[in-house]
Amino acid sequence: MKVLVPVKRVIDPNVRPRVKADGSGVDLANIKMAMNPFCEIAVEEAVRMKEKSIVTEIVLVSIGPAQAQETIRIGLAMGGDRGILVQTDMAVEPLAVAKILKAIVDSEKPDLVITGKQAIDDDSNQTGQMLAALLDWPQGTFASGVTKEGDKLNVTREVDGGLQTVSLSLPAVITTDLRLNEPRFASLPNIMKAKKKLIDVKTPADYGVDVTPRLQVVKVAEPKKREAGEKVADVDALIAKLKSVGAI
Amino acid sequence: MAVLVLAEHSNNALNDATARTVVAARAFGGDIDVLVAGHNARSAADAAAKIPGVRKVLHAEGEAFSHALAEAVEALVVPLMSGYDAFFAPATTTGKNVAPRVAAKLDVMQVSEITKVIDASTFERPVYAGNAIMTVKSGEAKKVVTVRGAAFQAAAGSGAAVVESIAAPSGPFKAAFVSEELQKSDRPELASAKRVVSGGRALASAEQFNQYILPLADKLGAAVGASRAAVDAGYAPNDFQVGQTGKVVAPDLYVAIGISGAIQHLAGMKDSKVIVAINKDDEAPIFQIADYALVGDLFKIVPELTSKL
Repeated sequence: MKVLVPVKRVIDPNVRPRVKADGSGVDLANIKMAMNPFCEIAVEEAVRMKEKSIVTEIVLVSIGPAQAQETIRIGLAMGGDRGILVQTDMAVEPLAVAKILKAIVDSEKPDLVITGKQAIDDDSNQTGQMLAALLDWPQGTFASGVTKEGDKLNVTREVDGGLQTVSLSLPAVITTDLRLNEPRFASLPNIMKAKKKLIDVKTPADYGVDVTPRLQVVKVAEPKKREAGEKVADVDALIAKLKSVGAI
Repeated sequence: MAVLVLAEHSNNALNDATARTVVAARAFGGDIDVLVAGHNARSAADAAAKIPGVRKVLHAEGEAFSHALAEAVEALVVPLMSGYDAFFAPATTTGKNVAPRVAAKLDVMQVSEITKVIDASTFERPVYAGNAIMTVKSGEAKKVVTVRGAAFQAAAGSGAAVVESIAAPSGPFKAAFVSEELQKSDRPELASAKRVVSGGRALASAEQFNQYILPLADKLGAAVGASRAAVDAGYAPNDFQVGQTGKVVAPDLYVAIGISGAIQHLAGMKDSKVIVAINKDDEAPIFQIADYALVGDLFKIVPELTSKL
């Protein structure tokens, strides 16, 4: 089985984002970037499936600036086989990402696409579902468990009330949730080996996809600040305060 | 103008997220129809008809809809959209699963997890785990939107919309329901509870989480939440998780116990009306947003609080 794993280059999850003073966006100049954590989980799941001989080849795709090649290299060091960089300096929206991925699926013919459930920058949570719809494939979103059952995949999903398991015919799209696995760190020898792995560089135009944004960002602002309140001395003081504001 | 709202329900009961989504749809404007797709879901459809401001309820019955699988709901919704200008779904796991499929089929960009409707094409939504609020304008002919329930209060009053049965596609679909394990609880539902008691990593074990957090929650009639650290450590199930990647809540009272206050947790609860934090570290970031801070040993404070309430 061949797997396609899209990976996104985003702000490092340990860095606190700062809103630009002119309200045009979040300041990413000279900020440490990393692979989106949910994408790391997606790569890890593909690599584990390869280690179990369920998967034969892992193709990584990133859509972004030239530096997104580094993100693909991380995935290759984790165990991906080759990469495709669709290079653009535009901020590509989920719908256009899904269209590019569909074109890549049409040519690469994977049996499975594993994406992160959302990127930690725009928090859209759309790409996997959109890709599944464009391909008319079934989807297992917010996955915390994946097992192969004959020619189908059983995907356990994190839903609001607990867990739900669905059976998907292949080909299919899976989106990863936090508890699916704990991604490995790439070892130094594997990082060296990954440098020799092939990355094809393409553009959105190669896939006939117009990446002009459909949504216009009017402004980006700091959230309303919440002021620190007061320290209370003990439980009795806390109860008195809560009563005085009608909270209990 | 007309809006189709996707109902969140469990077939026999309507989830509060539906009424909150209707409130967002009313701010958007136009006639509002609510779609209840389910199996033996007549009681959910009747409940939806009572939401104020609803023109009619479309009720689609079919076994394929018993667990709201995205493939089936997409097949039902997309043809209906020829008669609507917008599709609003609650940003629940069901809504998030379905809405992008509908958007892709309509070839429009979705606006996810809105917290405010500014006008019929402009919305506010949090990005970067709530560290920034983005205002976006959509020029799409049809709007597809998911709605963060915590940002919209269900309207008071009662409506009397008609319930109209509509035909539902019967499949076969490429995904099938296998099983579910839902947390059974008599406590209020976390996403819409008026009070929430949450525990963090300082509880140190699942046993202590249950021993200290649950009695206080029951005393307050509160839902139980947890930080991602507590969930990752296995002290609480994942559906207790409050935060950007878990549930976003805005109760009247939020009690954070042994939670340091990582950004991702704060993003999920900082719009609560009154926040109480109990933590032994007086430098904990949670104290920067708490209305009432009690510094000390939670294993002494929490039982005392529980007994004195």
